[in-house]
Amino acid sequence: MDHTISQPYSAPPEGHVSHSRLERVLRSGRFAITAELNPPDSADPADVYEAARPLGEVADAINATDASGANCHMSSIGISALLTRAGYSPVYQISCRDRNRIAIQGDVLGAAAMGVSNVLCLTGDGVGVGDQPGAKPVFDFDSLSLLRTIKTMRDERRFLSGRTIKNPPQLFLGAAENPCIPPYDWRPERLAKKVEAGAEYIQTNYIYDVPLFEKFMARVRDLGLDKKVYILAGVGPLASARAARWMRSNVPGIHVPDAVIDRMEKAEKPGKEGKKICIELIQQMREIAGVSGVHVMAYRKEHEVSAIIRESGVLASRKR
Amino acid sequence: MYRIRLFAIRHSRSFEWIYKRLESVMVALDPVLAKIGYDRVERPVAFVEKCVKTVLFDCKMCGQCVLSSTGMSCPMNCPKQLRNGPCGGVRPGGFCEVKPDMKCVWALAWDGASRMKGGAQIHTVLPPVERNLEGSSSWLRVSREKAAHLREAREKRRTAIADAFPDARANEPSAAPLAEEPAQAVKGSK
Repeated sequence: MDHTISQPYSAPPEGHVSHSRLERVLRSGRFAITAELNPPDSADPADVYEAARPLGEVADAINATDASGANCHMSSIGISALLTRAGYSPVYQISCRDRNRIAIQGDVLGAAAMGVSNVLCLTGDGVGVGDQPGAKPVFDFDSLSLLRTIKTMRDERRFLSGRTIKNPPQLFLGAAENPCIPPYDWRPERLAKKVEAGAEYIQTNYIYDVPLFEKFMARVRDLGLDKKVYILAGVGPLASARAARWMRSNVPGIHVPDAVIDRMEKAEKPGKEGKKICIELIQQMREIAGVSGVHVMAYRKEHEVSAIIRESGVLASRKR
Repeated sequence: MYRIRLFAIRHSRSFEWIYKRLESVMVALDPVLAKIGYDRVERPVAFVEKCVKTVLFDCKMCGQCVLSSTGMSCPMNCPKQLRNGPCGGVRPGGFCEVKPDMKCVWALAWDGASRMKGGAQIHTVLPPVERNLEGSSSWLRVSREKAAHLREAREKRRTAIADAFPDARANEPSAAPLAEEPAQAVKGSK
């Protein structure tokens, strides 16, 4: 049995809010790597561990998605609990679409008790894009009121009802941002609002439009936000020009510029080209002031994540 | 009504002015309303409020109106009912993820707020809607809340929400109410 789950409740290190490895890496100024796990349609823990293995080699934390795209898979809390048992550090994603405030606050305590130390607060895609469009959308919280609520639970030791929490959840609080979609001018302002609500790190959606992202980051630096929150830029390998076009028109909030699609189209081996673009993006992200790491979302290409990170050279300075 | 809603957002500055006037009248009326009994006026005022605001803003009578903090664009028209800004799914041109024919309520909100004097209120982090206040009058709540701004809260639960969202309490007190609610305004309390 692994000891992570039987560890006694203890205070986080000085100047930290949690025992999270991701928090330690970010606070120490190292370039952080997080990666998204493709959740299995299965009740077998082995399927989770198989998906986690290639990510765990390079990632400081593994994101367990919460029915992303409104498609049903193994739950994020289940995956997170399995990952902590095996010694991985998960990012427990919470979407506001499927659960109300009673369920979410309870799950936050449960997740923390199982050794989860990172959460990512998300609004969630609408039910209409998923595999069960007839489902009732909940949206009791939105991502910001959720952030503030978990912060209140952690720092003030109470539920939103005012009832006291004996031992509060020690969680590193994250949120998402999508810099490359409208309203562009307001995206940095919205980030400021998320920081105000309690976000300590940000994982962005896919970024394929570097100039647009640089413009966003310039405004973020003007607002002084890069000093208040760690930003991890979202990247991922494209499979083919067709897949990129499909994603652009069917998955909410994804912007792929025509130039990138053209490049994929002209490539002899699109798979290789997608990987190459991803590596280049990671190297470019590293050079942008205020970017503290990358978040790799390699949908159905998890096995390539480790190679992508190694080839990008961003971990070269790390003692491993 | 979509067109009228867009009109209201285009003229957010004027509506802000009207709302400010209305608010001071409501606050001034607090002693009178308290004397008549908030419980008694709740239904008729809510009815009038519903008629006016449905035409102007496609109001959904959430009971915790925050129009002054959302560029006069009612956030309850967002299919996800977000209270704190656009989600990550806004389509090119600023259209809604869920209803592609509709402009994103929050893209419009930022636009409306940019024309308003107190537009910076859009930065306020707002708490979730208290669903048991749906259908009740927000105008009366504003009157009670602003008037009772300094009155001590009796209920611990509600103090917690106001403490967790201090800016919201200061700028949009009816979003984090502290004053005593009349029975008529709260669902399921008789």
